[in-house]
Amino acid sequence: MTLLSIKGINKHFGGLHAVNNVSFDVTKGTVKALIGPNGAGKTTLFNLISGFLQADTGAVIYKDREIQRLRPYQIAAHGVARTFQHIRLFPKMTALENIMIGRHTHSRAGFIAGMLNLPFTWKEEKEIKEKSLEIMDFLGITGLADAEATSMAYGQQRIVELGRALACEPELLLLDEPAAGLNMRETNEMGRLISRIRDKGITVLIVEHDMSLVMNISDEIIVLSYGEKIADDRPIAIQKNQEVIKVYLGEENA
Amino acid sequence: MRAKYLQLFVFAGLLVVIQLITMFTGSVYHLTQLTMTAYYSLLIIGLCMLIGYAGQISLGHAGFFAIGGYISAFLTTYDLTPHQEKVIISLIKKTGILVSRPDLYGGSLINLHPWAACMIAILTTIAIAYIIGGPVLKLKGHYLAMATLGFGIIVYRIVIGTELLGAADGISGVPGFSLLPGVVISGSSAFRVKNYYTSWGLVIAAMALLINLIHSRIGRALSSIHGAEDAADAMGIPTAEYKLKTFVLSAALASLAGVLLTHYNGGIGPSEASVMKSVRYVAIVAIGGMANLWGALFMSLLLNYLSLRGYFGTFDDAVFGAILIIIMLFAPDGLLRKKTISDIKRLFARNTAEKEML
Repeated sequence: MTLLSIKGINKHFGGLHAVNNVSFDVTKGTVKALIGPNGAGKTTLFNLISGFLQADTGAVIYKDREIQRLRPYQIAAHGVARTFQHIRLFPKMTALENIMIGRHTHSRAGFIAGMLNLPFTWKEEKEIKEKSLEIMDFLGITGLADAEATSMAYGQQRIVELGRALACEPELLLLDEPAAGLNMRETNEMGRLISRIRDKGITVLIVEHDMSLVMNISDEIIVLSYGEKIADDRPIAIQKNQEVIKVYLGEENA
Repeated sequence: MRAKYLQLFVFAGLLVVIQLITMFTGSVYHLTQLTMTAYYSLLIIGLCMLIGYAGQISLGHAGFFAIGGYISAFLTTYDLTPHQEKVIISLIKKTGILVSRPDLYGGSLINLHPWAACMIAILTTIAIAYIIGGPVLKLKGHYLAMATLGFGIIVYRIVIGTELLGAADGISGVPGFSLLPGVVISGSSAFRVKNYYTSWGLVIAAMALLINLIHSRIGRALSSIHGAEDAADAMGIPTAEYKLKTFVLSAALASLAGVLLTHYNGGIGPSEASVMKSVRYVAIVAIGGMANLWGALFMSLLLNYLSLRGYFGTFDDAVFGAILIIIMLFAPDGLLRKKTISDIKRLFARNTAEKEML
């Protein structure tokens, strides 16, 4: 079953054709990777899917619904969560509080209920906290709950950001270079986490530069080059694809 | 969690102590300035919510204060006697929100009841804040500061240029506001102690509401908007809506403060709408520690009181301008922030640790 379908999407920045007529499908329950050299349009594509950018033409269909014109927070409410290439944790908040923010779409207390501290919010707050701790437990970072998020080690921050996205209970998780800045041990750990997330039934679309990680965890891989899709296949076929090799290694090696 | 309310009780105790001190030292007249301080504090804590927690600056809150004060002052002093025959007036009269009171010359005036005027003032302010806030809050940083500053200047120019609002003289002769049976907000010295407790009671109630809000799901969301707006958006937080609601909430508190202080003082003048007032409010929030409601409240209590008692003399506005400059230069996170306290603690902890080493 197709969860996300990108149809003929185009995005220009001035004279730069950042995403050029790209189409692909993401099947529910799989891990799909987006790879390509720097400037290939991977992050732009992520921003188009999560509502941070609007495409010039083309459609983003999520669960049979066009989500192009929705704002990012509305797309999140539909079950699409994301992380950022440059970690965007909330400063001056603990790791637990950061993850609790992820529960926003699953709770409902508004300004009035909050100001009056209405009884239903007590139960809701308790649920938010319990669920967030559950996620920290799943990620193995329970010990960091009270640490200030932005003062933690880089690798830990990546995992907290992943936890925050998981707290949204997304159906589709967009990971923008989750292994960037991680050492080999941390990268392997991240790979294992992503596989476990997939095993929970969450569909993952990932942008990543670390080839061994991508080859290990992905069910399918899309290769972008200068905004165009040049391959969309299983990892084993991508490794043998002449055009992909040419893009990555240069002409003469082809 | 209950500790958050404990502070409110301690603060209430402090206010009782202050009142007792003035009683025993025969300086009850200080309560007048302290009551005025309470009303300014209502505005300050609302602004603290907006600046410190939601991370949105406003240099126009004196404008909202003035809108509230002026509307209430106008509606409770404008004499409807000449218009009595008009259909609309007789319709309003039937609703029972008109009151007649004697004027200075033994005649009688027909005005709107302060409760009705207060409601109209606050609802109007809320409407204006919604209309202004929608487009203006799309701006960030100093652009937002400039836009709200512009709003403040417009309000100031309107009140000073409108004959009906008393132009440069403002509106005087505003009647007392009987909030509840037996509780009248007015400057009469007979009600001085009662007014002191009423005003600070309202501040404590507002503090309780805001403290609850900070510790709620919304408070967390506001902090996240302050910290990383795009990430908050990606987590499903309607950032524009929450910023606007906080802006409107703070404007409503400013308006309430304006209404109540106007009834307490018996009038309002254009200086309440001046830009320097807005700067003063921001300075107090800044020195209070930005995201620190209690810090803002204490600084408001201290600085407004000193200012109203005339301790700053002719340098009044300059003092607040200087505070703002010094804070921005040397302690952009404010003076009364949690970190200062923990820094001091750590300083002592290090000293003792070093001693142990020796």
